Amino acid sequence: MSDASGGIAVGSLLLALLGGAMRVSTPFLFVSLGECITEKSGRINLGLEGTLVFGAMSGYGVAYLTGSPWLGILAAGGSGLLLGVMHGLLCSLPRVNDIAVGIAMMLFGTGLAFFLGKPLIQPVAPTLPSLVLGGWSSNTQIQEALRINVLLPIGIVLAFALRWAFVHTRWGLALRLVGDNAAAARALGYPVIPVRIAATAVGGFLAGIGGAFLSLYYPGSWNEGLSSGQGLMAVALVIFARWDPVRCALAALLFGAAGALGPALQSQGMTSGYYLFNAAPYVLTLILMSMSWSSGRSLAGAPGELSLVNR
Amino acid sequence: MVRFLIQPPCLRRWFSDMDGTLVGANGQTPGRDAISLAAIGVSKCFGELQALDDVSMQVDAGSFHCLLGENGAGKSTLVKCLVGYYRPDQGNFLIDGREYEVRNPRDAQHLGIGMVYQHFTLAPGLTVAENLLLARGDLPFVLDWKREKTGLSEFMAQMPFRLELGAQVADLAAGEKQKLEILKQLYLRRRLLILDEPTSVLTPAEADEVLGMLHGMTRAGQLTVLMITHKFREVTAYGDVVTVLRRGRPAGTGRVNSTSVEQMAEMMVGTHIHVAVERSQGRAPDAEPGPVRLQIEALQAENDRGTPAIRQFALQVRAGEMVGVAGVSGNGQKELIEVLLGQRAAISGNILVDGEPYQATRVQMRQHGVYSLPEEPLKNACVPGMSVAENMALRNFDLPPVSLGWETGWHVRPAQLNRRARELVEMFGVRPADPSLPIASLSGGNVQRAVLARELAQPVRLLIVANPVFGLDFAATETIHRRLAEARNGGAAILLVSEDLDELLELSDRILVMSEGVIVYEVTADSAERAVIGRYMAGHETHDKELVC
Ligand SMILES: Nc1ncnc2c1ncn2[C@@H]1O[C@H](COP(=O)(O)OP(=O)(O)OP(=O)(O)O)[C@@H](O)[C@H]1O
Ligand SMILES: [Mg+2]
Repeated sequence: MSDASGGIAVGSLLLALLGGAMRVSTPFLFVSLGECITEKSGRINLGLEGTLVFGAMSGYGVAYLTGSPWLGILAAGGSGLLLGVMHGLLCSLPRVNDIAVGIAMMLFGTGLAFFLGKPLIQPVAPTLPSLVLGGWSSNTQIQEALRINVLLPIGIVLAFALRWAFVHTRWGLALRLVGDNAAAARALGYPVIPVRIAATAVGGFLAGIGGAFLSLYYPGSWNEGLSSGQGLMAVALVIFARWDPVRCALAALLFGAAGALGPALQSQGMTSGYYLFNAAPYVLTLILMSMSWSSGRSLAGAPGELSLVNR
Repeated sequence: MVRFLIQPPCLRRWFSDMDGTLVGANGQTPGRDAISLAAIGVSKCFGELQALDDVSMQVDAGSFHCLLGENGAGKSTLVKCLVGYYRPDQGNFLIDGREYEVRNPRDAQHLGIGMVYQHFTLAPGLTVAENLLLARGDLPFVLDWKREKTGLSEFMAQMPFRLELGAQVADLAAGEKQKLEILKQLYLRRRLLILDEPTSVLTPAEADEVLGMLHGMTRAGQLTVLMITHKFREVTAYGDVVTVLRRGRPAGTGRVNSTSVEQMAEMMVGTHIHVAVERSQGRAPDAEPGPVRLQIEALQAENDRGTPAIRQFALQVRAGEMVGVAGVSGNGQKELIEVLLGQRAAISGNILVDGEPYQATRVQMRQHGVYSLPEEPLKNACVPGMSVAENMALRNFDLPPVSLGWETGWHVRPAQLNRRARELVEMFGVRPADPSLPIASLSGGNVQRAVLARELAQPVRLLIVANPVFGLDFAATETIHRRLAEARNGGAAILLVSEDLDELLELSDRILVMSEGVIVYEVTADSAERAVIGRYMAGHETHDKELVC
């Protein structure tokens, strides 16, 4: 209640929301792009939550040891890639369900990250640089809101590039074919299992980077409560975005905004009740999921091989 | 053949005149010619089951070769070995007299061998153009869509049937998908084309169109065709040579023009048999149709994409009556069956069984004796991973004598369940006759028999059947038709939805024609005329669109 005249300034709330959205959405963006690639190949990787946390830990650790946040990012991506390959290989065994493996990988990734990350809670690693786009303004709020991290534009460019690549490249077409009808792909001589393993690996790489963002930019430290389920929500987000990378990016921003609602209200001086708004992303997930599924209709645009699709 | 003489000039490149000499557009002959193929001593086992046992056959270059055999005879397995989809345990293949090792479908493609599978091998989520390009295989890393689209349009313009390049495959009707499969192979300029029951989803006119074109290409020496079929009509109309398989072994081969249909049928089943199915199926002339069993009023339903599929649909089926619903696939038949079986919610309208509202619950099915054979029974009426015995008990596993216990039974008795399954397997000739196999490992025809056995073993009062003999050999077709007629004569009401007009004419008492979700024509069996029904089936513009050129 800093402002006795009551109410919260809408303009500055929106600014805080915008800045928060861009910060909070980045991990959503990377994880959902990764999941989008994996799901396009016909598999679901629920383990990306574990990959995210493990990426956060390994990225933080390497950045601390080498002093370079970029090497940290690379390490996070690399460890995500390894976890992805592991998921991909496990799912390729006969009679193995990708969702069950995903849950196991989620627990494995987080567990291993907590175990290996114990010594990393104290030290301070260098953080990623940010781009200051608000230099033209003298308003510190605007400056603050427009201070964006470098990964966000990279992710957005990547989203457009992926959308283009799915249609215009050989790999994109082959990936969609494998995800749409594995038997057809096999009959045409496309290597189904290698494509799926590769797609899961690339998905893991991106999710790992999303994790490194958490530990190297915002909040910018390593602890066990770092992730709040972004990896799982990203799966929901991909379905909501109907497996389109650009819509994934938009949905990530929406989720980011929802995630920023609580902190933004708090920063505007709301002292009680704001934590209710912290639940906004989860509520949003539930609402979107129930909207996406209308009974009796198949999900438009869903890769036919996904275990959640029945065509 | 006449139809090919009126093609635009662009098309002539693909065809020849009747003498087999080429009439290339600018005097060139195509670079690649038909190839010959020989299989020598091919064997293949699936676990215990010997699907192929020392099979040899010879397919001459430029011939139209037909492969016949009962359901489960191993036809699909043989050709899948040939294209590298399966590895044979023994034996090899000669192509143009030289031995090649075909390790995977890609190898076969490089040799110019293409295959149209029994099940669609299209990616439904991709467009027609994308499916065609993916089949080509030698794509550059970055696609030049503009150039590819022009190339594809030029190719399409040369074909007797056309599909929209940008259309999503999921939106195509079954017949169009089959045409796309064949277009795909022609696009790849195959020299040997293997077709596994290519006409099962086509109307007779469409089948003639497709097979006539392929036949023309074999006469031109551009293509060798190896076709699996159950339809003798197609063998006699288009085939040069026929080879018959029986239980995984070659049972005979011969030139079509010197082999009678009876001889072919005999080779298939191994005993002397009458092919001409007696039209004994008709109801006794004095029998009066009974009370109305099934009544549908103003039914509306949508398809998966949310567009109307059934509009103001109404019909009645009486006890002791078989009502046939004719129509080209994709005109709402699938949705109608799904609504009747409780797989799809109707938007509005009433379904009454015995005059009572019917929601297709398990209790109502039992109470009114409503049973069914939906299309794609493996997907719609089975649990693929469960055994044949378990699948056969899906209707009564919770009833005595299969299960015992308080009121409905909570304790399933496997001995009873297996005994019952063995009886049914025996009675309906399901093969292999081992009820403990997972039902998904059976050939398509045998899945159909197993499901029909389960349904007809119940006290049937209303039977809802969709394409009951889809892909079945003639003997199985005969059996199933007889059983349907028996059920009807025994007082059951039967709704028979089928794309096969001959079947409808043979079995039904009344025929309705469904087009774009409504009944457009109704006629009694006695006064039914093929041509009239055909015209109503074709609708107004749908068919014209496909018969370009
Ligand atoms: N992948 C498989 N695993 C186990 N058994 C199989 C498999 N594929 C086929 N079979 C069995 O091999 C036998 C031959 O099957 P195939 O599909 O070749 O028959 P078909 O002659 O094509 O019959 P239809 O006319 O019904 O298509 C059948 O008994 C079938 O159950
Ligand atoms: Mg077959």
